[in-house]
Amino acid sequence: MSFLEVRNLSARVKGGGPLLRDVSLTVEVGEVRGLVGESGAGKSMIGKAVLGILPKAVEITGGQIVLDGTDLLTLPPAARRVKVGASCALIPQDPLTALNPSRRIGVQITDRLVDILGWTRQRAEDRALALLTEVQITDPARVLRQYPHELSGGMRQRILIASAFAAEPKLIVADEPTTALDVTVQKQILKLIAALQARHGTALLFVTHDLGVVSKVCQNLSVLYAGKVVEDSTVADFFGAPKHPYSAALLAATPKYTDPSAGLQPVPDAVIAAVRAEVEHG
Amino acid sequence: MAEGRFQVRRRAGVRLWLSAAWLILLVIVALFAPYIAPKDPLEQDLFSGRLPPFWVHGADASFVLGTDSLGRDVLSRIIFGTRIALGVAVVSASVTCIIGAALGLLAGFYRGWVDVLVSRFIDIWMAFPPVLFSILLIAVIGPGLFSIILAIVVIDWTRFARVIRAEAMAQGAMDYVASARVAGRGRFGILLREILPNVLPIIVVLLTLEMGIAVIVEAILSFVNLSISTDDPTWGGMISEGRTSIHQAWWVLVFPLITLFLTVLSFSQLGEGLKDRFDPVLR
Repeated sequence: MSFLEVRNLSARVKGGGPLLRDVSLTVEVGEVRGLVGESGAGKSMIGKAVLGILPKAVEITGGQIVLDGTDLLTLPPAARRVKVGASCALIPQDPLTALNPSRRIGVQITDRLVDILGWTRQRAEDRALALLTEVQITDPARVLRQYPHELSGGMRQRILIASAFAAEPKLIVADEPTTALDVTVQKQILKLIAALQARHGTALLFVTHDLGVVSKVCQNLSVLYAGKVVEDSTVADFFGAPKHPYSAALLAATPKYTDPSAGLQPVPDAVIAAVRAEVEHG
Repeated sequence: MAEGRFQVRRRAGVRLWLSAAWLILLVIVALFAPYIAPKDPLEQDLFSGRLPPFWVHGADASFVLGTDSLGRDVLSRIIFGTRIALGVAVVSASVTCIIGAALGLLAGFYRGWVDVLVSRFIDIWMAFPPVLFSILLIAVIGPGLFSIILAIVVIDWTRFARVIRAEAMAQGAMDYVASARVAGRGRFGILLREILPNVLPIIVVLLTLEMGIAVIVEAILSFVNLSISTDDPTWGGMISEGRTSIHQAWWVLVFPLITLFLTVLSFSQLGEGLKDRFDPVLR
């Protein structure tokens, strides 16, 4: 049985149009699934729906989110929070706003372990120290006493990754974890996430618009267009022979660093028209 | 870069220490007023009325800052007036802050119907003209220390509520709040552990500003004789009395005015200085 199973999930802006249309996807234990799509396709919304942090203006209109055998949407809010908190974590998009600016790094990592999971302070501190070492932060003991603004964006993202793995979650949602970072730092962060994922055997739902990232980190992927999954396949199949014409066009639109003279290939209008018609009427 | 930051810190430091020194002095003066004051602030002596301060010709050196038209010692009255001024400032500003900050935090973080309720309430509240409102209030419940404090709280809580609501809203949209929610923290826990520490610098600034405002409001109400009895020494009351004899005895007006001015200035500068100290990014 899959660890996470999203079944026919639909959501919309209150009083507005649909954001997610009948989305289904699964994440197995230890699997890394990429969730790709254009801006506004709803890829972040799926991650947020799973974690229960959808904006208030968004309402779920149907479907199920089954986490480890329990449909989260049928749980009362408090029970849901406990369930999600015990088995899931988030690596957020923007490391600059994802750490509380007025609290020391160490407290931010250990607080949740102590308060919510009931660890002893000592155990939590040892854990934080070990994790910061694992994400290759030099002088972790000093960093634990520092404030977020004293650290670079890359450092902060490392800390957020460490923090996400702190409670040994079964599933981590990474919401475009490298988008806000410098290109040279992106690669290191990706490697780090992949390494930690492999070592801890954590399932990962990797939200991104970068197909290059998907090819490096993920095993399977779901392609989203306007809130609907248009293709669900393994990474090997997708990059070898995409099934859906939109996927093929998206792949062709990826800039090729090896051939700069090719320029940028936009997704053709005809493909967009076809996929839009399919999503809205099919 | 490093140099600029250093300068910002130094300037903030001087401001902070100067204003803190003045306010600490006032606190000491207020606490030990009976031991410090050279005379009884209420004792009248019509034979030594309108004596000038000590350095002017014709002064009686035992009345350091001179006497008013009833022969009461100006310095002693300022010293005892400190008690009322600081008392009103601390109590009214604290109560205002607690009420305003609590409502602002709830409205800004919980949003929804709480926000609608609080925001509309603020809008309606702010449509009342504040000075008329306070005078009306005191006319109804009668003058006195309690009335002044109540008037300040009733008028000024919206100042806190509005600013803190906006800040709580901005902080609530940050990713660290989402992370805390995923980790399993409840709404109220997030409000206390994540949001409040970030709103605290603003609360401190508003609180000290409010103390300055409270000192002014108390002085204004004393000026129009709506504070406590005219016999009791208040800075506003002294300014009001001094106004009638400004041409014969300027010192009755000027010394309480300077004290008032320095105090209000110190409160606002203390607020700014503390904000720089509290703000982890500037620290």
